[in-house]
Amino acid sequence: MTTLDVQTVPTPAPAASDDILFQPIEASSSGFGSLWEVVRISFGSLLANKVRSLLTMLGVIIGVASVVSLLALGNGASASITGEIEAIGTNVLTISAGSQNRGPGNATAAQNLTMDDARAIEALQLPVIGVAPQLNSNAQIVAKSADKSAQIVGITPSFQVVNNLAMQQGSFITEEHLQGANTVIVLGSTLAKDLFGNGQAVGQTVRINNQSLRVVGVLTPQGGSAFGSEDDRAYIPITTAQKRLFNARTPDGNGYRVGSITLSAINASDLDALQSRVSMLLRERHHLKLDGSADDFNVINQAEILGTLTTITSMMTLFLAAVAGISLLVGGIGIMNIMLVSVTERTREIGLRKAVGARSHHILMQFVVEAAVLSMTGGMIGLMLGSIIPIVVTQMGLLDAPIDLQTVGVAIGFSLGVGLFFGIYPAQRAAKLNPIDALRHE
Amino acid sequence: MISLSDIHKTYQMGDVLVAALQGVSFSIDKGDFVAIMGPSGSGKSTVMNLIGCLDTPTSGTYVLDGVAVDQLSSNDLALVRGQKLGFIFQQYNLLPRQSALRNVEMPMIYRGVAGTERQRRAMAALNLVGMGQRVDHRPNELSGGQQQRVAIARALAGSPSVILADEPTGALDSKTSIEIMELLRRLNREQGITVVLVTHEHDVAAYAARVLTMRDGQLIGDQRN
Repeated sequence: MTTLDVQTVPTPAPAASDDILFQPIEASSSGFGSLWEVVRISFGSLLANKVRSLLTMLGVIIGVASVVSLLALGNGASASITGEIEAIGTNVLTISAGSQNRGPGNATAAQNLTMDDARAIEALQLPVIGVAPQLNSNAQIVAKSADKSAQIVGITPSFQVVNNLAMQQGSFITEEHLQGANTVIVLGSTLAKDLFGNGQAVGQTVRINNQSLRVVGVLTPQGGSAFGSEDDRAYIPITTAQKRLFNARTPDGNGYRVGSITLSAINASDLDALQSRVSMLLRERHHLKLDGSADDFNVINQAEILGTLTTITSMMTLFLAAVAGISLLVGGIGIMNIMLVSVTERTREIGLRKAVGARSHHILMQFVVEAAVLSMTGGMIGLMLGSIIPIVVTQMGLLDAPIDLQTVGVAIGFSLGVGLFFGIYPAQRAAKLNPIDALRHE
Repeated sequence: MISLSDIHKTYQMGDVLVAALQGVSFSIDKGDFVAIMGPSGSGKSTVMNLIGCLDTPTSGTYVLDGVAVDQLSSNDLALVRGQKLGFIFQQYNLLPRQSALRNVEMPMIYRGVAGTERQRRAMAALNLVGMGQRVDHRPNELSGGQQQRVAIARALAGSPSVILADEPTGALDSKTSIEIMELLRRLNREQGITVVLVTHEHDVAAYAARVLTMRDGQLIGDQRN
């Protein structure tokens, strides 16, 4: 008989005694299926339709990826532009000859910023690091074995202070050179290399407009900027430029023209006050009436330029991000579309869930969470894909385009918002279904 | 336990008012096994929907387990369904991508029953219907009769006051039908569970202890087997 016992089929699963079924059920007072359960149900149904879920997410993925990469690249470009301006200095005022609204027949207005104006500004004893008049001209520089066309900048010794220039060799233009209108020249590093190769430049002679000039110094490389390289220029005393090279005598013959005057403020916050004080002085000196006639000079406030550029670049960034945002919107509509299809397909399931006790908010939650999971997952993937371009660009050294927390927040926030917004309507349709009709649905 | 008195139910179908129930009254005691019979259009499905709290009567009172449920809102009805009723459908209505265990657990999720408690109850219910060995199978891996057993377990798991079965054997062959009906009879006799079923088959109704017969929206017969 024992063999028979051995052969009997295994007894039904041990278990849990049936008694449990007749004990009062322990339920949380709210009767609300925990959020975790709802999320679990949502994930289950999304995984059940993998291809469809992926295609639905694609809209959000592309949207978020483009928003993220454009925001990062835009912010990077903006930072690089403002960085260059800041490198020049945001405490700089540049006064140049000529009015902003110079018309035909007013060309002489360009001629009347003079050395005396610069001295008068200096005499005001303003809180500035220096006052640096300049006279620029392009000319051919001829050395023993090479020649090159370059910008010749006539300056005063304060130019070195105002522009933070350091010497690689020799010394800068001195006050003595200025007083004597000496025929000396300081070369930018690239220019020195072009003219003298790797040889010694200081002590050599170059010719400009048939005038011999002795090289007294070579600057350290300054690096390029958006406005041309400092390293390609040559610097001479402004008096030499005015008297010996470019004949910059004023039409009345009593003074010498300058191209521009640069002021470098000690405090950037003084810039506006400096600008109005200098403008007043120049109007007075140029005998301009106080009746609102236009200035015959032009003051460029570096801080203002920086402000304007910052505004422009951030506008551009926002604009690009908004365009990218449109694709996010389209992605959201895609989610709504699929959710509506899903509600229709699962009418019976909704009917069953309601029949066995699910209340409207359970069904609403299920579909809203499903839409939110779709869009959030899409947002995460989009964030990862969208980070690739900025990271590659940064790695290659083209642009420093960091993905900041704000960008991540915007991407995730937007995708969640899109999911909730476009998920609510289909979810409400599902929640409102009548269980009797829904159960009969084929 | 179930007490309906003078229940009327009128539907609007286009411009026509259809009187589906015209003054139906009856009571069902705890532990009874009742079959509701009648030709199609007799109003038996409407009665079933009302008893199942899926619908409310146009007039009349319905008291379930001491609670007047005839004028409750749809959300309150859902709460009553979850707590007091277990449903068995002709088409089983199992969730196709979920295991038998998850299917049986599902209604309890909406009552906020914790996961371990839910699983213990679901296991007990599946054991009770003889499906304890197939808890991990999905509906498409089960025969029709097995699926209906899972559906019965789902109805049982939440300790309902009443199990409502709408043509529970309608989609099954006769041999399986007998197994299912014997299961229901065993649950009724051994566990004292109240069962109300709708059918148009006399063989099926024969398992019940009491048969209510409907015609044209009225109760025309009430007899004990």
